[in-house]
Order: sequence, then structure tokens, then C-alpha cells
Amino acid sequence: MSDDQSLVSRRNALKCMAYGGAGTLFALSGGVFTPIDLAMAAGDKQGAAKLGKPLFVQISDTHIGFNKEANPDVNGTLTQTIDIVNGMSAQPALIIHTGDITHLSKPAEFDLAQQLFTRLRTTEMHTVPGEHDSTDATVTEYFNRFGKASNNKGYYSFDHEGVHFVGLINVLQFKPGGLGTLGEEQLAWVAADLKGRSASTPIVVFAHMPLWSIYEPWGWGTGDADQLMSQLRRFGSVTVLNGHIHQIVQKVEGNMTFHTARSTSYPQPVAGVGSGPGPLKVPADQLASMLGITSVSVVKHPSALTLNDTALA
Amino acid sequence: MIKLTRLWLAALSIVMLGGLGASISLAAETPDPTKIVVKDFMFMPTSLTVKAGSTVTWVNMDEEPHTVVSNTQMFRSGALDTKETFSFKFNEPGTYHFTCSIHPRMVGTIVVQ
Repeated sequence: MSDDQSLVSRRNALKCMAYGGAGTLFALSGGVFTPIDLAMAAGDKQGAAKLGKPLFVQISDTHIGFNKEANPDVNGTLTQTIDIVNGMSAQPALIIHTGDITHLSKPAEFDLAQQLFTRLRTTEMHTVPGEHDSTDATVTEYFNRFGKASNNKGYYSFDHEGVHFVGLINVLQFKPGGLGTLGEEQLAWVAADLKGRSASTPIVVFAHMPLWSIYEPWGWGTGDADQLMSQLRRFGSVTVLNGHIHQIVQKVEGNMTFHTARSTSYPQPVAGVGSGPGPLKVPADQLASMLGITSVSVVKHPSALTLNDTALA
Repeated sequence: MIKLTRLWLAALSIVMLGGLGASISLAAETPDPTKIVVKDFMFMPTSLTVKAGSTVTWVNMDEEPHTVVSNTQMFRSGALDTKETFSFKFNEPGTYHFTCSIHPRMVGTIVVQ
């Protein structure tokens, strides 16, 4: 292989890697949410167009402030992600960020993230905090910037094009040794929020940590999520979105579709591989091919997703 | 002289560890008796016994940030990035449990005598 070829393939690999880390697009299609890869949206506009106007784009785990070897340029990969969203033929009405906006909850990290988000053509962004955004006891830095929608509670709801969106916070009230927690107050609020809504209303629930148990030894789950699910089960179309684990894992249970998004910053290991859920550091070309495989098998063939493949549960 | 110092520290640590019960194994290197290393998503040692008035220092050696948060809100670090430290002085005898608020599976205990 010549140097030129090597360079080209490396560029392509990096491009794929960037797409691979770029988030997930959801298109509303007859009340069914179809995850498609942003590479597909950007590279095959006809294919994306067939899915209709996108309702929203989920971005997750931007980790602004991270500067380790797994990705020394998280600002750059977020910008690439935003450019892909901006390049879509039909702009989504909303952006949903499922947390870990920053890496260390520092004011300068939040400020930089907000500055980078201004590049988005879609200006309406809804967020929930991750545990990396709330390392200060009072969550002051996050709420100062993103707390208005929830009156500094972290949970809130809104409607868009007939879809009811519910944003939840499950990164506070950690019990030592335990999983994420919603808490009684928030669960009571959800019950009141959903009461009286028609079962035919499509529901989108989003939080940072998975609202289903993916791998408890690493805390990849929410301890009291069952109480939430019992409130959601009567609805005909429920989509539950999370970030946190920096990789796509999906399952379908009745009318409920669960989906975790990739990160725009760095990958994490598959559940249980290694000492813990830290940044996954591998040579760039290995990283690209690994993410590429994930892209192909999970994302490029959405119609083939039977979603029985929850190998990690 | 160096050898003597190490021997002395080793002897001291054996004496200290002797009072801690079976949960702690002797490390190959002489540990700093007031330091907790955060590595591989664990507090090491998991339980540390110090005398009243001691200042305990946690140092994060992971590439992932961690926090040190008292179960009773007595102390709380911010997010510790790689190689950052947090210290707290324990004046009163007692047993103090702490966790990492980012990874609550990580737990540890300070016993102040």
C-alpha cells in the first residue's frame, strides 16, 4: 500500500469513525420510530428522504473538556456531528441531548459546549443532565444554563407534532453501590403528567442513564425504572432514549422501544470488558473498523432490526 | 538508610494493618498510610484506618474522572480528572463511608481511631 492510499484509507476510516460517533437520527413514520445512521442520512439523501421529515435528532455524551488519548479533539467530532445534521435535506425540528454535555461540570466546558451548539441550524434543543454534568452537589452549572425548561428540577415534558416528550433526570440521588435513581417525587410527577393522555399519543421518554438494566455491575441501569415502565405500558407507542454507555444497544418490549445512543466523543467498552466503563483507547484504525462494524450491523439496515438481539441484558 | 526506612515503614504498616482484620491484604509496596488511590474503578485500599487528626488524600489514577462523596455529605470533592487529588482532615473518631457519585458502585470506608 502506498502512502497515498494509506492516507486515503485512513481518512475514510476517520470519516467513518466520525459518522459512527455522530449520533442517531429518529424519523417518525406512522407512529413508529426508525433509527437510522447519520452516515446514511448524509450519504444517501434519497434513502433518508424516503423516511419522511425527521422529527428530531438525538445527540449524546459530547463530553466537552475530555482531552485524553481516546479522542483528543471532542470539539472537532462534535462539530463534525453538527455539520452532518446541518447537511440533512430536511432539518429536524428538535435536537435532544441526552446528557454528559461536559466531562467535568466545569463552567468553561459548559460555555464552550453552548458555543459549539450555536452552529446547529436547528435551534430548539432539549437536554437532560448526565452524571458528568452534575458533579457539583447542587448541579448549579448545568441548571444555570439548561435548567429553565424544568424549573431547575431536571424533569419536564413538552409536546411536538402530536408527540409527547418527557425528559427525566436519573443521575442524582445515587445510592452508594446502586444504580441510577428517578425517585418518588419524579415518579409521582410523571404519573400526573401522563394521566388523562390518550393511549394513542406517541410518547418519547429521554434520560441520560439507561432506563433498563443493561449491565448492573457497571451501573448501566436505573434502580426504580420499573415504576416508570408500569406507567408507560398502556401507551401504543413508547420510545425510551438514553446515552451514557457510548454505544448502541436496543430492545423492544411490547409497544416500547429502548435505545441507547452513541457518543460524539469517545467509545466505551462493551459491558463487562475491562475494569470499568472508561474511555476505550485503541489505535485509530482499529477504532474506526470497530465502530464501522457497529454501524453496519446495527444502523445501516434499520429494516432488518428485529431487536431481539439484546445480548447484553 | 533507605533500606532501614523502608523496613521501618513496612513494620509500621504491618502493625497498622494488623488491627484492620482480614479484609486487607499486604501490598507489595509500602502504602502511604493516608492515601487512597483511585484506579480501575476502585478505591484502593477499600478501607483505610487512620488516627484522629489525619488528613486523607485521594488521587485519581484513572483516565475517567471520579468523585469522593461522603454518604453523610460531610465531604465532597468535585470531579477529579486524571492525577487530581482531594484531601480531607478527619478530626473525630468514627467510621466514614464514601462513594464516587459518577460511579456509585465504587465505595470505600475511612475508620478514624
